[in-house]
Amino acid sequence: MWQYEKKLEYPVNIKTPNAKLAKVIITQLGGPDGELSASLRYLNQRYVMPYPEVKGLLTDIGTEELAHVEMISAILYQLTKDLTIDEIKASGFDTYFVDHTTGIYPVAASGTPFTAAYFQSKGDVITDLHEDMAAEQKARTTYDNILRLCDDPDVRDPIRFLRQREIVHYQRFGEALRITQDNLDAKNFYACNPVYDKNCGRRR
Amino acid sequence: MNERQMLMSKIKKYDFALKELNLYLDTHPDCRRALAMFNQYNALRKTAAEEYARKYGPITPDETNDTQHWTWIDAPWPWERR
Repeated sequence: MWQYEKKLEYPVNIKTPNAKLAKVIITQLGGPDGELSASLRYLNQRYVMPYPEVKGLLTDIGTEELAHVEMISAILYQLTKDLTIDEIKASGFDTYFVDHTTGIYPVAASGTPFTAAYFQSKGDVITDLHEDMAAEQKARTTYDNILRLCDDPDVRDPIRFLRQREIVHYQRFGEALRITQDNLDAKNFYACNPVYDKNCGRRR
Repeated sequence: MNERQMLMSKIKKYDFALKELNLYLDTHPDCRRALAMFNQYNALRKTAAEEYARKYGPITPDETNDTQHWTWIDAPWPWERR
């Protein structure tokens, strides 16, 4: 189970609304490499993991990603609070506003709604950990692109924190992959799913 | 920053250290140095969170202790501007 803590993982205090920036940053809520897909990816993958280190890591990183969903949502909420209708029209935020007003709804920057098709849960520890490492790098690249598009120091500060977390998670997933490979049978040279293919593709 | 914000900032720093150590320990479960640091920050965090709940309100619903009013719903919520 989970328990909510009434605090952000890292502070978000944005003084100047900026709907144009919100339109871009929303992709880290509901986009292909966003925090929501990260959280659901790890929390779904963890059940069939064969090793305790990997079960723990997916649970704990999946939980931290929920805190990142909240941070991104707080950034979006503060960036779109107290906007005038003229600002909404001028910024191009009107295409989001017409469907959601300033409610927080998970879409990509393109406006495509969030979909579970953004992530996989393959039931194979080796495959899943490779996806997880790639996902952390893709999210890191997205944060790099957001930093290229954003000048406001109030926004850059929490975005830089989130970018750093991608790097730490990548490191930990790399260790989990190493632990997994250390656990493989020496005969499992082609790295078959250790849960299913005890004979690594050969018939008994 | 007022006193409330300073205490919350301290709790967030402890929590960040604990989160980092937690993830590190997931892949290094026998690292005694990391275990010692986790226990040390956990104790500091506990004291700070108790002080916060006593003075300013609960961080988790189980920390509510008022007999007249359900303080859990009181502002500010974390996503609101300071």
